[in-house]
Amino acid sequence: MVKKIGKNVYLALILIFLYAPIATLVVLSFNASKSRAKWGGFTFEWYAKMFANEDIMSALVNTLVIAFVSALVATVVGTMACIAMNRMKKLPRTILMGITNIPMLNADIVTGISLMLLFIALKFSLGFVSVLFAHITFNLPYVVLSVMPKIRQTNKNTYEAALDLGASHFYAFRKVIFPDIFPGILSGFLMAFTMSLDDFVITHFTKGPGVDTLSTKIYTEVRKGIKPEMYALSTLLFMSVLILLIIVNRRSAGKKDISPETSK
Amino acid sequence: MKRNGKLLAAPYTLWMVAFIVIPLFFILFYGFTDNDFNVTLGSIAQISKPVNLKALWLSIELSLISTVLCLFLAYPLAMILKGKGRSSSSFIVLIFILPMWMNFLLRTFAWQTLLDKNGVINTVLSAVGLPKQNIINTPSAIILGMVYNFLPFMVLPIYNVLVKIDDNVLNAARDLGANEVQTFVKVTLPLSLPGIISGITMVFVPALTTFVISDILGGGKILLLGNVIEQEFQIMNWHTGSGLSIVLMIFIFVSMLITAKYDKEGEGSLW
Repeated sequence: MVKKIGKNVYLALILIFLYAPIATLVVLSFNASKSRAKWGGFTFEWYAKMFANEDIMSALVNTLVIAFVSALVATVVGTMACIAMNRMKKLPRTILMGITNIPMLNADIVTGISLMLLFIALKFSLGFVSVLFAHITFNLPYVVLSVMPKIRQTNKNTYEAALDLGASHFYAFRKVIFPDIFPGILSGFLMAFTMSLDDFVITHFTKGPGVDTLSTKIYTEVRKGIKPEMYALSTLLFMSVLILLIIVNRRSAGKKDISPETSK
Repeated sequence: MKRNGKLLAAPYTLWMVAFIVIPLFFILFYGFTDNDFNVTLGSIAQISKPVNLKALWLSIELSLISTVLCLFLAYPLAMILKGKGRSSSSFIVLIFILPMWMNFLLRTFAWQTLLDKNGVINTVLSAVGLPKQNIINTPSAIILGMVYNFLPFMVLPIYNVLVKIDDNVLNAARDLGANEVQTFVKVTLPLSLPGIISGITMVFVPALTTFVISDILGGGKILLLGNVIEQEFQIMNWHTGSGLSIVLMIFIFVSMLITAKYDKEGEGSLW
């Protein structure tokens, strides 16, 4: 009994540690005082002002568009690569998986700098598109690493049976392979989207002047003092994801687990 | 599709070669040349400048401390989470992924408010009669920021390995007369080694290379190697910046080699 209480206390302390800063930001988003040191009463002012702030809104749009497009492209290209890799011989597959692991293992700062050097060498102007390309690049491994284990588990014979029964390659893929690997594709997409949304370092090096995502905007504001509208926006984003996840979790409770599995 | 199936990997291969492999050669190229593009080791040798050397040692020191702290916090946590049973596994992953939806700069920045001289923590401390702690803008604040940001990367791989351990193995150990401590030391710990090793690299590498956490919680006065590299690129000093990046990559590579030695099957990977 004591042991059980001890365990729950420990768990609670870690959760407080993980969520205390988030709670702080949520509280600050309702703080009427601009200073983050004192509480000036409850207000919705920042939520109203945030929608009127063009800088913040354009950074939000950039962030969401980049996250969505990069996750989508990475999911399509990554899934295609997984299908092909599954049929490759061991050596080319090992090489390709090795390359896949480079950005996962390498430091973000090095990945960011190396991409910046490439863009500049190609005289490719740094801006929205260069950030998008960079995000696709670091998102691809997340997709491959979550789709690959699912594809390895699929049964080749069912696909061939579908072909024998007269299905076209595409039809067989859509009806036989795709449903099996869909959970992996979905979690790859979500992982990529989340990583893109939360990235600062790589965006910092590959963006040009004039283009901002929420991360880079916050970084420049850290010195001058962060605008309370930013707290309001993040609280709104966080809460919508929280609610969405609770709904999804409720609905998929009892169904198959969609979380990415450890690769073998 | 069967014959041409392998062509499906072509866009991916091209993309990764163009945006991952070739850019790394750019770093090597700039790192091994000087401003007039003569081949030199001078850019890499910049690491021996006292300022840079100090930043390197501080990076190593702080990231080692945070990695050890993460390990000691995460292991018991992963064991407790394992005890919660299979059904809650997706919920557990959720708890640790969810904070990522609040921007990581803002989350780190929020620690400023919490740790400030007159911040939340000190207010609580003085309310219960404890002395105020002054850790903002010190290396301790940076360590705290690292542990805070990278703890999930230690918990998840250890948890993934722990849930795979068959309970029968543990029961067998107990049946054979091992007490709790012996079961842990002789059975659980060795079996969870791949997760530990993978967690260590997942924490050590980002902690070693960060410049944002030290920027926000160190008050801009404490320089880590990441800060030095970032500043070199800020002042368009690409050769020195690349040279120092190569030094950084050497440290990452060494830690990878150590990992590969213990984690041959890749069982402990995060995803």
